[in-house]
Amino acid sequence: MEATGPGARRSTPLILSAPAALLFASLILTPLLLTALLSFNEFEHATGRTHGFTVGHYLAVLTDEYYLEIFLRTFRVAALATAICVIVGVPEAYILSRMRNPWRSVFLLVVLAPLLVSVVVRAFGWSMLLGPEGPINAALVALGIGRVRMLYTEWTVIVALVHVMLPFMIIPVWTSLQKLDPAVEQAALSFGASRATAIVRVVAPQILPGILSGSLIVFGLSASAFAIPGLLGGRRLKMVATVVYDQYLSDLNWPMGATVAVLLLAANLVVMLTYHRVVEGHYRRRLG
Amino acid sequence: MTRNGPVALFFHTLVVLFMLAPLVIVCLVAFTPENTLSLPTRGLSLRWFEAVFHHPDFVQSFWNSLWLALLSATLAVALAVPASLAITRWEFPGRGFLNGLFLSPLIIPHLVLGVAMLRLFALVGATGSFGWLVAAHIVIVTPYVMRLLIAAITGFDRSVEHAAYSLGASEATVFRRVTLPMILPGVTGGWLIAFINSFDELTMSIFITSPSTVTLPVRMYMYATESIDPMMAAVSAIIIGITVVAVLLLDRVYGLDRILVGQK
Repeated sequence: MEATGPGARRSTPLILSAPAALLFASLILTPLLLTALLSFNEFEHATGRTHGFTVGHYLAVLTDEYYLEIFLRTFRVAALATAICVIVGVPEAYILSRMRNPWRSVFLLVVLAPLLVSVVVRAFGWSMLLGPEGPINAALVALGIGRVRMLYTEWTVIVALVHVMLPFMIIPVWTSLQKLDPAVEQAALSFGASRATAIVRVVAPQILPGILSGSLIVFGLSASAFAIPGLLGGRRLKMVATVVYDQYLSDLNWPMGATVAVLLLAANLVVMLTYHRVVEGHYRRRLG
Repeated sequence: MTRNGPVALFFHTLVVLFMLAPLVIVCLVAFTPENTLSLPTRGLSLRWFEAVFHHPDFVQSFWNSLWLALLSATLAVALAVPASLAITRWEFPGRGFLNGLFLSPLIIPHLVLGVAMLRLFALVGATGSFGWLVAAHIVIVTPYVMRLLIAAITGFDRSVEHAAYSLGASEATVFRRVTLPMILPGVTGGWLIAFINSFDELTMSIFITSPSTVTLPVRMYMYATESIDPMMAAVSAIIIGITVVAVLLLDRVYGLDRILVGQK
């Protein structure tokens, strides 16, 4: 008797993946293509009809001060949130990796589990913490500093973004720390390297790919974040995602919204691919 | 030598406080007896929880979200199991493309997916339909399921399957009696993580829900932009409670660190 088993027929993998492939083709590829096309349609403000072909929306977005400011702000906020995530997340991952169980598992859970709580809840929590009647303002008043308006400022958005994104930084750094042989750090220390030298010269280079991929994820997610700027940025502090939302659901100018969305997607993909290159190049140099 | 020093532990304490502070304050304020967002200094009250259960919009949105998450997680697993088997076990033309396509929702911003699906649904006349909303959620949660399944199937000893075949079992029997039980932790872990992600999803859903299909996160977002009262805190506390239960379940069946971090 011969063992048949899977692999006997060439069509099997295609049949197995066909249902998911069909769904993804119709709900990802088709709508993205339709949206790209929509961004080249003209928009009639009076009737709301979309038709024809124009590159006017792209020209408007790329030359209008209003949109430039929003793109710049989004970029700045995402970059700052990423930088803070590196500064806080990398040492925290390192500290976590040096803990012993059960503390290690407990604190890993504490630090990572907020990831699974709805982002609306976390944004709401921050709006209460930083609000005019919140505990932080109460503490400032008690200290004699007086109330500080924190809501609806860029820094509030950044702080809340860091809160949401920190797990995405800790996870890849933690993963690369797990692959690291602690004996190598020990060796450096026993050859007389200081703690700082051991970290900078031995640990840091090995976890760099983890830091890079964490930064990539954090930057991409921050740049397209919607709930945090929507709830904590208020009406004046617009970011790319909230502008797309306004164009679609208040102004009903879908072609303009589509244009901003396409640019956001393009910028995201460019950042991802560049970073990927950098990380790959880093590995190749090290191996070669 | 590998002990954390006092500075490190102080830093760690600050990070933990930072991560927990917004969640803790939400849970505290939910029990306030006052009409404003304030810490409960004069006793605890359940009045805002009661208000939530008597608010028809929130109740309806909760059921919408629950059904949506149950359906999309289940269907995502049903699609992801055969697709992951195909991708990990066979070399076929288009395999790399399919793999990229299945994981693409992880790198395409949900905002972009939301507006793209809104356009498609408007063109086919399906705006606000619950069925299409489920389909959209299947697409965004499937990658999470597939990541766990691909890991489960890759680290799988196939000699057991071969033994079953050589003893005369059919392909269906081998799948049901051997393959499925062996990848079951991946399947249940994937289902739970899909459920949580669907239940929490805001940014895509806000574009493609209609007044009758509004999900809980969308309802909360709308509510929070208009009025702020402790009811919002009570809803948030309920969500945190549900999430904690889900996290504990997830930890039991699969190991939370394995899901979030990858390998143990």
